[in-house]
Amino acid sequence: MTFLYPVASNAAHPAPLSPEYKSSIKRAPSRPLIPMRHTLSELTGPVYGHETVREGDSDLTTQHKGEPLGERIIVHGHVLDEDGRGVPNTLLEIWQANACGRYIHVRDQHPAPLDPNFTGAGRAQSDASGYYRFVTIKPGAYPWGNHHNAWRPAHIHFSVFGHAFISRLVPQMYFPNDPLFPFDPIFNAVTDEKARGRMVSSFDLDNTQPEWALCYRFNIVLRGANATPMETK
Amino acid sequence: MTDQGITPSQTVGPFFKYGLTPNGQYDWNDAFTGNLVTPDTSGERIRIEGRVFDGDGAPVPDCMLEVWQADSQGRFADPQDKRALPNAAFRGFGRVGTDADGAYAFDTIMPGQVPDPDGKPQAPHVLLAVFGRGMLRHLYTRIYFGGEAANESDPVLALVPPDRRATLIATREPGKPVYRLDLHLQGDNETVFFDI
Repeated sequence: MTFLYPVASNAAHPAPLSPEYKSSIKRAPSRPLIPMRHTLSELTGPVYGHETVREGDSDLTTQHKGEPLGERIIVHGHVLDEDGRGVPNTLLEIWQANACGRYIHVRDQHPAPLDPNFTGAGRAQSDASGYYRFVTIKPGAYPWGNHHNAWRPAHIHFSVFGHAFISRLVPQMYFPNDPLFPFDPIFNAVTDEKARGRMVSSFDLDNTQPEWALCYRFNIVLRGANATPMETK
Repeated sequence: MTDQGITPSQTVGPFFKYGLTPNGQYDWNDAFTGNLVTPDTSGERIRIEGRVFDGDGAPVPDCMLEVWQADSQGRFADPQDKRALPNAAFRGFGRVGTDADGAYAFDTIMPGQVPDPDGKPQAPHVLLAVFGRGMLRHLYTRIYFGGEAANESDPVLALVPPDRRATLIATREPGKPVYRLDLHLQGDNETVFFDI
């Protein structure tokens, strides 16, 4: 199948300069991006070997001797293209804070405890239908220095590839009904309300495992549409 | 087309390194590194290195850079490239995080020529995606190679105003297979980024 990547779809993304998010002020280009036709370089993308995702990489609760503290959750869903077709065999990487809102990163100075049983990094590959699944713990909210009393809503960072280098996407998955949404300049850098909604997972009672873990569903829609669409009925 | 639209991008943030570029510093393995060369890779070994700067000219120590390129034959390691050309185990994809000085380096090979949509050869180039704290979506640019005659007729470079083309062309260090290209996210020497 040959895919097209309409540039118009990029309108869902935040503008590079979103002044409420202070770090964007000196890191956003000041000149317009230059349009060009996609060549084979843009329309192809990396393929991974079996060694990229090791057994157990998708369960962030079993990487250490003990179990991490916090609320165990299942995060699953489909990676889809713009036609709603599953994107098969594509790599997903996640990283996140622990249940207390602390990242293991050396530069995170938030005075909340680290958890020796939680690194907070995982990988999975979508199956033939585009389905993926992680087991992790629910990350905590955490403060940051953007403005007075700034707190990030709880989120899991995702990194996804798709069919081409230009379908590459690094979104954040949020949790439903977070009271911090109205105050977060990163979340609100996505100006369209419907598009913001696509960053929020849904609580998935049907796939919650009784006596074990709550479940959230997060579908990820990447760029890429069929170059020869089926005729409409 | 679905009516739901694509999932919006968000910043990679300041704390991606333990998950995406641990580089031996965290209890997690690297899926990708800055070394693209495999033992059976044919072609001219080169290093591409440089630094990343913000609009104040300050180095950016928390960027992630990803490259995607063809092999020395000009072929991509992707079944979507259907041309019947030989290919080694060369995967053509690399990823690094910038260090405290904003510096990066990739060890790779000089890519071959890839056709444009009209079949016209493009000059050898590497696609580069730049991610970072403060960047709500990654930016795409290209790295070309100084001294390549094909640069003069490259259809993409031709789209770039002549006074900005130098921001895309890495400079070869005399006598060494090393190309240098600094990236400027903003300002007078701002790197050309593409709307793709």
